[in-house]
Amino acid sequence: MTTPRTTSVPAPHTAPSPRGDETAPKRRTPQAGPVARRRLRRSLLHLVLAVVAAFYLSPLLYMLVTSVKTRGEAGATEPRWIPDPFTLDAYRHVLGSTDSPVMQWFLNSLLAASAHALLVLVTAAPAAYALARMDFRGRGVIFAGVVATLFVPPVILLVPNFLIVNELAWVDSLPAVIVPAAAGAFGVFFLRQFFLTLPAELEEAAEIDGANRWQTFVRVVLPLSRPALVTLALLAFLSNWNDFLWPLYVLLSPDSLTLPAGLANFQGANNIRYDLLMAGAVIASVPVLLLYVVAQRWVIEGVSRSGLKG
Amino acid sequence: MALRLTARPTTKGATRAPARVATRPYRWWTPYVFMAPYLALFATFVLAPIGYGLWISLHEWDINFPAKPFVGLGNYRELFDPASVDGPRFWAAMRATGIFTALSLPFLLVVPLLVALLMNGRFRGRDLYRAVYFAPYVLGVAVVGLLWRFLLDGNIGMVNHYLGVLGLPDDTQWTTDTPAAWWALVGVTVWWTLGFNAVIYLAGLQDIPAELYEAARVDGAGAWSRFAHVTLPGLRPVLLFVVNATLLASANMFGQSYLITAGAPADETKTAIFLIAETGLRRFEMGTASAMSFVLALALMAASAVLFRIFRDRQEDR
Repeated sequence: MTTPRTTSVPAPHTAPSPRGDETAPKRRTPQAGPVARRRLRRSLLHLVLAVVAAFYLSPLLYMLVTSVKTRGEAGATEPRWIPDPFTLDAYRHVLGSTDSPVMQWFLNSLLAASAHALLVLVTAAPAAYALARMDFRGRGVIFAGVVATLFVPPVILLVPNFLIVNELAWVDSLPAVIVPAAAGAFGVFFLRQFFLTLPAELEEAAEIDGANRWQTFVRVVLPLSRPALVTLALLAFLSNWNDFLWPLYVLLSPDSLTLPAGLANFQGANNIRYDLLMAGAVIASVPVLLLYVVAQRWVIEGVSRSGLKG
Repeated sequence: MALRLTARPTTKGATRAPARVATRPYRWWTPYVFMAPYLALFATFVLAPIGYGLWISLHEWDINFPAKPFVGLGNYRELFDPASVDGPRFWAAMRATGIFTALSLPFLLVVPLLVALLMNGRFRGRDLYRAVYFAPYVLGVAVVGLLWRFLLDGNIGMVNHYLGVLGLPDDTQWTTDTPAAWWALVGVTVWWTLGFNAVIYLAGLQDIPAELYEAARVDGAGAWSRFAHVTLPGLRPVLLFVVNATLLASANMFGQSYLITAGAPADETKTAIFLIAETGLRRFEMGTASAMSFVLALALMAASAVLFRIFRDRQEDR
């Protein structure tokens, strides 16, 4: 979907040459500048982009570097980019700590984010399918109602949801961070838009073969929707893994925290141990960065699709 | 995301979708069964809380006390009473939210647009750069806040060290002094979320037909005039989304302030959400917190409505 359409327009005969194709949209005049000047501009662009990108990522690199320093070196005034000596003490300390059970937080986060992503898929997909493909009384009202809540600032749900979760005896336990967020309208919305793009003929064929609605949904629609389902699951996982405010207030005891909430407490207790803090930050970053590296295209396109086309 | 989609259910969705699937009739309750699990969640955690929140805001409500006397608009009145405890506190937090939003919005609109324009051409490694600029966004605010609290540390922080290397003042207390703290919070937020807006802009840029640029070129339009007359108008719908989403995100800023400045100095950088969470979920003054959240929510909805009008009016002018 992000395939640039611009490139298909200028001079089709240049298409086989990748360079001609690349430069075409940036041409200033129809007859284009001298090749050398174009090359210079291109390398200059690359140089600028590379330098800025390195600069841009340097904080993350420094986080990693600091996490393998000694306590003294991490707190030194002169930033050093190559740790001397290299040590995993911070990780040993963080992972072995009993008053800040980082390992437990990690597992809590993993469990919560996975369960949340699953819950979003399981509830949103059938609802989105009904809204996309079935005709029933109240469909317009239900859909409009769900959509309308996208305009409601979530801050007004904060206090009442805390009380509801408290009523359900979920305070200080993982369901509190897994379930309520799955009620958001985004997943239903995202999948409905996708289902509308599927060719209805395949569903018709399945039903002619005697499948009922549920069978059609599970055997035809869901397999065809794998890209959308994976994208939604990724976005749900990431947002849950990174959620900060809600877990910070709804999870209380040290053993029940997720990583973001735990790290906030951890900072309060260790505000001078930057080696430990950075080790904690790295531990919280690794899963999402790995996920991102593996599924980068889906994450980015999911985001731009959700922003533009719903 | 919502703005453009509200039009669809009535036009496209309602007429097209069911009509095209010529299937065996399903039982009348089938669609409701499909929707039941989601609607149960939706009713419990979105629909009910909206009403419940309003109800709470009309009471003096503390989770620890059985008596929750009805006070009518008392909680709201108190917010507008300069002699009360919560009123001035609330407006100080609203002011902090406003300052942060006003300072960050221009940067969060312009910087990502520059990045997107730079990456709009097709060149080798473009997807890699796009991935790089998006990367911080996949990290949570907890990591971002922790990391920058370290880098911005007044004494041992890398930021001050390199400022010193460049011969600039190296003793700015980024986390405890205003206005420095504001710029720190804005800078961190731009670093963190730039990729999100850039990706949306980029998708919007790629939807602008190349013919328009060709036509402008034929008419002798320079780079700037092509940007002003083709790119910007072409981005208008995207811009509405980006402005709105950025405004709401900035107005909901919490983690950066909680982790980096902890509201310092003297609650000057304590945002509205920060105060509401603290009031409702730490001090359990839930009636007051609910009233605060409705006032904030109304302010946000009004801002969105104004934006929507501005963009719509401009469209009609053309």
